Amino acid sequence: MKYDVDERGYYGEFGGAYIPEMMYPNVKQLEDNYLKILTDQKFIDEFNSLLKNYVGRPSPLYFASRLSLFYKTKILLKREDLNHTGAHKINNTVGQILIAKRLGKSRIIAETGAGQHGVATATVCALMGMKCVVYMGQTDIERQSPNVLRMKMLGAEVIPVISGNKTLKDATNEAIRDWISNPADTHYIIGSVVGPHPYPDLVARLQSVISEEMLYQVKEVSDKINPDYIVACVGGGSNAIGSFYHYLNNEQVKLIAVEAAGKGTESGETAATLVKGRPGVIHGSMTMLMQTEDGQIIEPYSISAGLDYPGIGPIHSYLHKIKRVIFDNVTDDEALEAALRLTRLEGIVPALESAHALAWLGKHKFNNDDVVVVTISGRGDKDMDTYIKYMESPPNPLKGAKWTTHM
Amino acid sequence: MNRIDKLFKEKKTNILSVYFTAGYPNLDSTTVIIKALENAGADMIEIGMPFSDPMADGPVIQHSNEQALKNGMSLKLLFSQLSGIRKEVKIPLLLMGYLNPVIQFGIANFCAECSSVGIDGVILPDLPPQNFVEEYFSIFDKYDLYNILLISPQSSAERIYTIDKISRGFIYMVSSSSVTGTKNDFSEEQVAYFKRVQNMNLDNPCLIGFGISNRETYNKAGKYARGAIIGSAFVKSLGKDDKVIENIGRFIRNIKS
Repeated sequence: MKYDVDERGYYGEFGGAYIPEMMYPNVKQLEDNYLKILTDQKFIDEFNSLLKNYVGRPSPLYFASRLSLFYKTKILLKREDLNHTGAHKINNTVGQILIAKRLGKSRIIAETGAGQHGVATATVCALMGMKCVVYMGQTDIERQSPNVLRMKMLGAEVIPVISGNKTLKDATNEAIRDWISNPADTHYIIGSVVGPHPYPDLVARLQSVISEEMLYQVKEVSDKINPDYIVACVGGGSNAIGSFYHYLNNEQVKLIAVEAAGKGTESGETAATLVKGRPGVIHGSMTMLMQTEDGQIIEPYSISAGLDYPGIGPIHSYLHKIKRVIFDNVTDDEALEAALRLTRLEGIVPALESAHALAWLGKHKFNNDDVVVVTISGRGDKDMDTYIKYMESPPNPLKGAKWTTHM
Repeated sequence: MNRIDKLFKEKKTNILSVYFTAGYPNLDSTTVIIKALENAGADMIEIGMPFSDPMADGPVIQHSNEQALKNGMSLKLLFSQLSGIRKEVKIPLLLMGYLNPVIQFGIANFCAECSSVGIDGVILPDLPPQNFVEEYFSIFDKYDLYNILLISPQSSAERIYTIDKISRGFIYMVSSSSVTGTKNDFSEEQVAYFKRVQNMNLDNPCLIGFGISNRETYNKAGKYARGAIIGSAFVKSLGKDDKVIENIGRFIRNIKS
């Protein structure tokens, strides 16, 4: 595939492995083995069996008829929210823990922002009987206490990170420091298509099951073989690349990645990396990065903790540069309104991250017969505090749609 | 001749290199600390370029980086502080930090500035040796600027020979699997690693860094390498008070005597 990572670990000018020598042996071991493991039939069987029987895959591709009427097009929802633990994150952690076992590792570390990746990691560690340490910024621990309790119940040790701004970026730094200090027995399960090569490629391949299922699902639930659009939200970008992966070479399918604009791309409080960033190195990868003129990394902002990252996966920087994927962004308010709209029209409460993909539907003019796949990357349970606050004075999410009540 | 080569030619044992973060504890501490270190008997100085996300550093140097940035330190300012330093300071000076600020400054620009203020070497732990050779070597070479590479206890013999081949000046031998500033003594395992590297007959001399905090570890490092690098312990000693020069003198005397 022409969008594959090259043998040096780059997507065009982006990617690579900008890591200190202390990390080199571990990253090299992973690089030397990941493709062998991923193509080993025993691994494939075990991975597929867990995805089916444990995660609950395939996730449905659901024709959202009332949402389709609202937007005057055909909308199919890829229901990653129905996975075990409530998001696409588990696809990656199931795969990586099987790899960790094959590499002879006995201890797992992970970073987490909102806690979804931390929960997905703690879950597979409980399943496999592995020691699990999750790094989480002190600020996020305070914001996401149910997920912290869940991780602890699953047997994980949750270590509060008090450096920097005490959020996802700092938790990632601390996980890297742990790996430097524990090179022999530890595998680091990164939660997105970020970090040094081979992580972006590894995580993309593990998440590619999302679009692999769409290949046969789209024709089952619509009258077309290929969708006209696939829309996904992007922070680091793992659910987005998973949703695009098997359509990258099919140029007729328009691929849309939606970043979090926060309070607006020019507000100073945003996470729209591709609008505000320029190439730089973060967490071992050359990619688009929000940074000061002096190259210090800027703390991003989004209402959604899962999109709150100052970088973006290097493959997305590349797909943006060559224009294979269209990148756009929506604000906190647009995402909240879209979340409420989906809830009222379809009875599905999406994660705030996924609400960003949904909000993009309102920013584009579709044809009536367009088939638009939107990935619902996760469910909204973790965001109830934010939604409850929003519900105190919500706008009318169905404005202009007189038909809705009697449908 | 590069001052680093000159130092290793003239001094055979117990070379002491000291790291501190530019702009810490105060924005204008940089040149004061450099001069005090030379006067106190340091053989070489690594000037830290502060970064927002120092992923190979422990809490002490993380804190100094954060404070230095809050104080307003930047590469541009650092070079202007260092202009004229060669009128007074003779020992080798290196810049140490992370790759991103250097890339944003522009590699060619950075090397030219280093050369013009009299910097002899650079340590960028997150710049992989292969990228250095392929992308940056020629520009470093043009300015006779040395890029110091790291080895760690996990580095294979093959890897160490590769790194030796592309190194100039010296090799930064990370003493243990850790971030900066965590250990107080060497384990048998570490000593075995020091001996293993010592017996490899590398072309470049080695200095041992990470976890050198006192006279004992400094002297022990001197047995297996040409000297040692002290970072966190020194940064910690800088403290808050205004007796920086006296404190530095005392710190170095405690290590070297």
